Amino acid sequence: MSGAETAVETERFTDAASDAPWEAAEGLPHEGGARIDHIVVLGLVPPGARVLDIGCGDGSLLALLRDRRGVDGRGIELSREGVNACLSRGLPVIQGDADTDLANYPDDAFDVVILSQTIQATRNPRIVLEHLLRIGRQVVISFPNFGHWRVRAELAFRGRMPVTETMPESWYETANIHHCTIRDFVGLCHLVGARIEKATALDVRGRPMRFSMPWWFWNLLGAQGVFLLRRGRPKS
Amino acid sequence: MDSTLTHIEPGGDTVLRDDARREASQAMDPRSPVMRFSADEPLAMDSGARLGPFQIAYQTAGTLNADRSNAVLICHALTGDQHFAHPHPVTAKPGWWETLVGPGKPVDTDRYFVVCSNVIGSCMGSTGPASLDPATGRPYGLDFPLVTIRDMVRAQAMLLDRLGVTDLFLCIGGSMGGMQVLQWASLFPERVFAAMPIATGPRHSAQNIAFHEVGRQAIMADPAWEEGRYLEAGTRPSKGLGVARMGAHITYLSEPALHRKFGRRLQNRAAPTFSFNADFQIESYLRHQGLSFVERFDANAYLYLTRAMDYFDLAEDHGGVLANAFRGSKTRFCVMSFTSDWLFPTADSRAIVHALNAVAAPVAFVEVESDKGHDAFLLDEPAMFSAARGFIDAAARARGL
Repeated sequence: MSGAETAVETERFTDAASDAPWEAAEGLPHEGGARIDHIVVLGLVPPGARVLDIGCGDGSLLALLRDRRGVDGRGIELSREGVNACLSRGLPVIQGDADTDLANYPDDAFDVVILSQTIQATRNPRIVLEHLLRIGRQVVISFPNFGHWRVRAELAFRGRMPVTETMPESWYETANIHHCTIRDFVGLCHLVGARIEKATALDVRGRPMRFSMPWWFWNLLGAQGVFLLRRGRPKS
Repeated sequence: MDSTLTHIEPGGDTVLRDDARREASQAMDPRSPVMRFSADEPLAMDSGARLGPFQIAYQTAGTLNADRSNAVLICHALTGDQHFAHPHPVTAKPGWWETLVGPGKPVDTDRYFVVCSNVIGSCMGSTGPASLDPATGRPYGLDFPLVTIRDMVRAQAMLLDRLGVTDLFLCIGGSMGGMQVLQWASLFPERVFAAMPIATGPRHSAQNIAFHEVGRQAIMADPAWEEGRYLEAGTRPSKGLGVARMGAHITYLSEPALHRKFGRRLQNRAAPTFSFNADFQIESYLRHQGLSFVERFDANAYLYLTRAMDYFDLAEDHGGVLANAFRGSKTRFCVMSFTSDWLFPTADSRAIVHALNAVAAPVAFVEVESDKGHDAFLLDEPAMFSAARGFIDAAARARGL
């Protein structure tokens, strides 16, 4: 690793580790069987915000945000079953995907744009991320960390593409065509000028790793990365 | 074999001729309620014409609640009519949208007051080219002013005013009906709480205009059309209108549906006859479609309504930017398309969705998997019903119904 890159990492780490990032999520009740990663997102979305959830599935996160935070939520979902489930919940969700349906949203259309566990399955993650930063004032993005020690172990010791809790499908049937590590993602944020406001890793059970650690630690022990981003200046 | 193929039987023609008499009477004196507007309250049309007096034939189901908040307007397609949940007065077939509308159905007539009117320019009781021109005492024919989708919507709004319906809980329709839904949401945004445009587009494509033009030319090439004066001449351009319908009907289906229903199977024969008889089932089916259509529809009305669809271009009406048609809209939308619809392909629906996204309107969009082509919106499509039910029920909750 070059000296310049190390400097960037340190700077980002300082940024991200400023005041315990997931405090807001901590005090929330876990009733209703809400997923832990959803509770984490809940802690990042201000009340009454306009929210776009891309890859919103059956709309459970949007419904949670609507019911607990009073947000004006919209969604994009690829599967018809998911869209139908969202319609039944009264959620305005369009059948579509991140690669094709983001270009038509105007700048600053949403307070918060959420992309959960999806960026690694898009055809062009960089363009998708640029759109997210353009249409949302804040971006919450999570993805499976390809730098997790179990992934590394699978590759290093078995010489096989990993199959894990967060990446449960074999290489020949997975939709994940653009895997990245937490460090890779930090690099992309830097490239497109995303300011990292908060960042953390979740363990294999989706629980936030609350103690502040250097990137290499998260990159090794985090099963997922979760980032709160805001538009900044791209690296010149 | 498909049951629709067995309809052409010896002796059937007599029945059809009776039907024809009934169709002619439906234009003037329909078997449904009629709202009459005097010459003092004319319909101001896009062409500049002021149509008056005129009348609108309509049907209703359900009851308007005390708050007047549960009204649903159904907009019918090109050759549809007001009999959405009532037996057709000419063909005696069940209402054309009984799959979707009725007690306990997604558009629940136990909960909502449902209205559907025959569009202006049609021939089932609303004023159109088959109606008598009060200025001359003879049928309008081609003297009837050109009709637009917006004219249809303005007329519907006048009807709703008379019925005491100030605003709509839901405006829903497919194909040309979907165009009216979009026009409603654009023209009267404050009067539409929820909108469901189905299998439609923000404008009529060049290909669709082309198909319509073939149909119109078929009608006008029929000598019995008599330059549009066939009602006075005592003739009917049945051949031309039948061919127009045959061509159009193909566009309502899909290749997989045609293959599944007919393939290359022969019609009641073991071998080709080496003639131009209807050897193939698909030929027989199309001839039947053409024949049965001419008994229930007026040729001039077909010219006018196809033209109205051709002229529809919502973006063009708003400075070339479709999003401007919906700017500031608070209406909640559910846009729906069908995978095998090549007349109004999913891309058309996506254009609507993208325009609504651009103005931050609440919009849901579903593409229903179906091999039935454009006509899928009229057929038994459980995926369409479940999506419609989800959207409508949620909208009803939001409106406190």
